Amino acid sequence: MIGQTLKALGAALAGKEISSVELTQLHLDRIARLNPELNAFITVDAEKSLKQARAADARIAAGTAAPLTGIPIAQKDIFCAKDWLTTCGSRILGNFVSPYDAAVIEKFGAAGAVNLGKTNMDEFAMGSSNETSYFGQVKNPWDRARVPGGSSGGSAAAVASLMAPAATGTDTGGSIRQPAALCNLTGLKPTYGVVSRWGMIAFASSLDQAGPMTRTAEDAALMLNVMAGFDARDSTSLERPVEDYTRDLSANGSEKPLQGLKVGLPKEFFGSGEQAGCEAGVMTAVQEAIAEYRRLGAETVEISLPNMQHGVAAYYVIAPAEASSNLSRFDGVRYGYRAPEYSDLNDMYQKTRAQGFGDEVKRRVLIGTYVLSHGYYDAYYLQAQRIRRLIAQDFVEAFRQCDVIMGPTSPCTAFGLGEKSADPVQMYLSDIYTIAVNLAGLPGMSLPCGFSNGLPVGLQLIGDYFSEARLLNVAHRYQQTTGWHLQVAAE
Amino acid sequence: MSLTLEQVRRVAHLARIEISDAEAQTTLGHLNGIFTLIEAMQAVDTKGVEPMAHAQDVAQRLREDRAVEADQRAAFQAVAPETENGLYLVPKVIE
Repeated sequence: MIGQTLKALGAALAGKEISSVELTQLHLDRIARLNPELNAFITVDAEKSLKQARAADARIAAGTAAPLTGIPIAQKDIFCAKDWLTTCGSRILGNFVSPYDAAVIEKFGAAGAVNLGKTNMDEFAMGSSNETSYFGQVKNPWDRARVPGGSSGGSAAAVASLMAPAATGTDTGGSIRQPAALCNLTGLKPTYGVVSRWGMIAFASSLDQAGPMTRTAEDAALMLNVMAGFDARDSTSLERPVEDYTRDLSANGSEKPLQGLKVGLPKEFFGSGEQAGCEAGVMTAVQEAIAEYRRLGAETVEISLPNMQHGVAAYYVIAPAEASSNLSRFDGVRYGYRAPEYSDLNDMYQKTRAQGFGDEVKRRVLIGTYVLSHGYYDAYYLQAQRIRRLIAQDFVEAFRQCDVIMGPTSPCTAFGLGEKSADPVQMYLSDIYTIAVNLAGLPGMSLPCGFSNGLPVGLQLIGDYFSEARLLNVAHRYQQTTGWHLQVAAE
Repeated sequence: MSLTLEQVRRVAHLARIEISDAEAQTTLGHLNGIFTLIEAMQAVDTKGVEPMAHAQDVAQRLREDRAVEADQRAAFQAVAPETENGLYLVPKVIE
């Protein structure tokens, strides 16, 4: 049962081939064996997981099971889960046992899924390598000397090493898609507002969005069916009719199931200009994937996203600005870490935050504080927001000419542990292809499309607002005729 | 542009993060690297472009002014560093 898709596991549970308790225990055993080295989980609590598994078994026996009932799912440690340690990868929340469930955790609970544990992540989701976690770096199952990507690196490593059948992630600038690419997974960042952010510890509120990290597009659709939905407690949650994201995935006998699909290829992704800092092996795999899409009936058109090149700069103003405001709540008063010694209230704040936050988080809080401070607000914050609109308009223009945009997810395959951690700017450029999607609020996916020197390469799909079902279908058709997503790292 | 050590200290104070002289020096180098990346943005002509704060142009929802939360004070204060009689304790602010 290890390594099966959610769909297959659901069928096995329904057919009484295995119980949820057995399935959960199998995964807990695997975690006990592999996690000490990979460090993908911050918290594992077998007792809590097995209690949920027993309840799921009762529900299956009663005939009231939903598609994910009884299946263990790893949860990124950014989601508050009642009575679970919820750290967000930070020392400042190192002792925080959440008194409540995030909306996403509630939804998985209502679906009868089992919480398999809380996965490691870059501190407050700020990072692209999982190296900023207070709880230690995560190793990439494909090469343990390399990073799994980030910030959802623990979730990616957990699924890629088959410790978990699927996991949740969050994506502010690429944090689902980039680790999915580096670990050979299917990852989906939905349209901003589709998944409730309530109880999901905030980094940059206008960009953060949760989504699934799975082995197949079909599984991602099953996960999104659980995760999506309006929530009045999140002021940016969108009131939309409930969708079945699996609706377009049924068998299509046609030889060219994507006949009529227009795929936009941004010249900025493929050209030889400034944006061409992409490894040759990554580009080759992406080009081969696009050729496969042509065989499936898709037509390709060249498009342009002229302002995308300014995305990273605008992002590193907007995201830190929002973060500096969001992280002001960590003051050692109501929850989390408080410095042991201080002279007065101000000293307590300053020492608590100096000791509680890691270097990358401090850097971003300082950048954010600076760009929002008197005299710099217009030049940085407002300018970044204007560029954000130009980028969003580029996509509106692009989607007049195509149905889906394709390109690389990451300019490189998994890099070495420590290789980029000394230079923040080099690390930030890891997200050069993913950031614009968050700024515009569009849905994006990464799916496995080959290997370069033995390391996975991800193909990025970008869709128009609310086109998740279509993106999943486009990914699914490719996975029906290719086997990249089925490749698993050797143990 | 280039930040100064004094600006780094000032921003750290605003953000309530204690910073040693050595940390301020290292931070200055990192921030200047990052601001070199950010500065490229200034070359973009954005005249007449409306700033975009948010991905979706939606208005804030309003709700009835009615308490909907159950009392969870005990659960929430159980995770606080220091409380007494239902109050959060901090160092004395007013003598």
